[in-house]
Amino acid sequence: MTAIQLDRVTLRIGARTVLREVSFAIESGEFIGVLGPNGAGKTTLMRAILGLLPPSAGSLRVFGESPRRGDRQIGYLPQVRTVLPDLRLRGRDFIASSLNGERWGVPSLSRADRGMIDETLDLVGARDLAARPLSDMSGGERQRLLLAQALIGKPRLLLLDEPLISLDARHQEIVIEVVRQVNRERGVTVLFSAHELNQLIGALDRVLYLGSGRAVLGTVEEVIRAPVLSALYGTDIQVVRAEGHIFVMARGRDVEHVEHQHEHRHHH
Amino acid sequence: MSTGTITDMFAYEFMNNAFAAAGIVAVVSGLVGYFLVMRAQAFAGHALSHIGFAGATGAGLIGLAPLWGLIGFTLAAGIAMGLMSERISNRDVAIGVVLALALGFGLLFLHYYTAFATQATAILFGNVLAVDRRTIATLGLLGVVTLAALAAIMRPLIFASLQPELAEAKSVPLRFVGTAFLAVVALAVSECAQIVGVLLVFALMVGPPAAAQRLTSGLWSGLTLAAAFALAEAWLGLTIAFYSDWPVSFCIALLSALGYFLALGWPVRRAPVTVA
Repeated sequence: MTAIQLDRVTLRIGARTVLREVSFAIESGEFIGVLGPNGAGKTTLMRAILGLLPPSAGSLRVFGESPRRGDRQIGYLPQVRTVLPDLRLRGRDFIASSLNGERWGVPSLSRADRGMIDETLDLVGARDLAARPLSDMSGGERQRLLLAQALIGKPRLLLLDEPLISLDARHQEIVIEVVRQVNRERGVTVLFSAHELNQLIGALDRVLYLGSGRAVLGTVEEVIRAPVLSALYGTDIQVVRAEGHIFVMARGRDVEHVEHQHEHRHHH
Repeated sequence: MSTGTITDMFAYEFMNNAFAAAGIVAVVSGLVGYFLVMRAQAFAGHALSHIGFAGATGAGLIGLAPLWGLIGFTLAAGIAMGLMSERISNRDVAIGVVLALALGFGLLFLHYYTAFATQATAILFGNVLAVDRRTIATLGLLGVVTLAALAAIMRPLIFASLQPELAEAKSVPLRFVGTAFLAVVALAVSECAQIVGVLLVFALMVGPPAAAQRLTSGLWSGLTLAAAFALAEAWLGLTIAFYSDWPVSFCIALLSALGYFLALGWPVRRAPVTVA
């Protein structure tokens, strides 16, 4: 079954065209690494799948239907995350806030809700975070907590927007491992955006590379090639493979580590 | 102290009235204040109370009860602040400017209605000992409306406060929830100003919830503790004022500060950390 299908989809933010007539199909149960320079449209694509940004042209289907806001089949971890550093609220109450959080009235948790929260906390090894206040947690611990939250309610699709950002190498591995496990064991489709390809190579099934308003979906061997990436970056790209690592270079520099020069690129 | 002296205090009708009014207002202030502290919007609450000063003196100028001026002005200002919040990039500066302007207007209204000047102190610093039964009924009704509104928006309010990005994706109307909450704060501030005055609403709306959040990390335990602290500080403040002849608002403000700093120094019990 197809999880996400784009047919000549154009996404615009104001006057800026982020993706132009993009077509691809992601199968159910795939682990997709979403890559590309800053501003290439990784977040924009996820917002479109969530139904927050209607395509200005083309057809976008999520499990065969038009995207709709508040779709319970989708678990989401946003890239921009408000941090309340002094918040002395315990982990369990923090993630419980997202459970039916859109409904009016006074919050209440059923026994089933509590069970579901405990189950997902166990899944990501974050049971010990349930009783601790957020203000005492490290960045890695908060991230694991948010990952647990994205998994509550057994979603069929996980949209993880830069979940590795500001994590040390060990916590990055834990996050990737947990997501891979959920992907395998529950058949959950995963869109995992990241700055670096190498950490994800062992986990992902295919790569979705965005750039210059376009998107290429394929295996690492198909996509991470000089001609394909040169077209996406709009500049001469070399791909260097060394000891199981792949480096994407522009003018002798690793593009994954010099992201900010792409931030204000204009699309013509 | 013998029970005889306690009976002395409740032998006066004005003390009974003061206990009733302060009790109602303390619970409302503690509960609404919990979310004010959670959302880090204490300054907005402060600004609303100052805007209320202009409303109260303005109402006096046209012959209305100060409470209705307070409610009218704070409610209008709260809704305006909620609707504009996304457009104002530097929220604290904008609030500060409006706050100063509101106090300026309050002074202007006083200038044109000098007979009202004696009441100005009551508005600024509260006058709970002058509360009558009708005011208690009004405060009770307002309290019920305020808490009912808070209960209605509570779940999306918590979600939107903690994780606005995710809440938006789950179709929580952020702007509406934020505006509705500031309207609730406006009502609570108006009530609170009746007891401790517009300058000291922090004593009941920020001190107790901030202390509660230091002592417990649970949502419901935090709310309960915030209301309990506010109630204890208000009633204890009244008692101390009765026997010491100090102003009530001073006693409540003192207890609020004491409670907060004691909570800050309280040894926080940490849950045992298991290493994965």
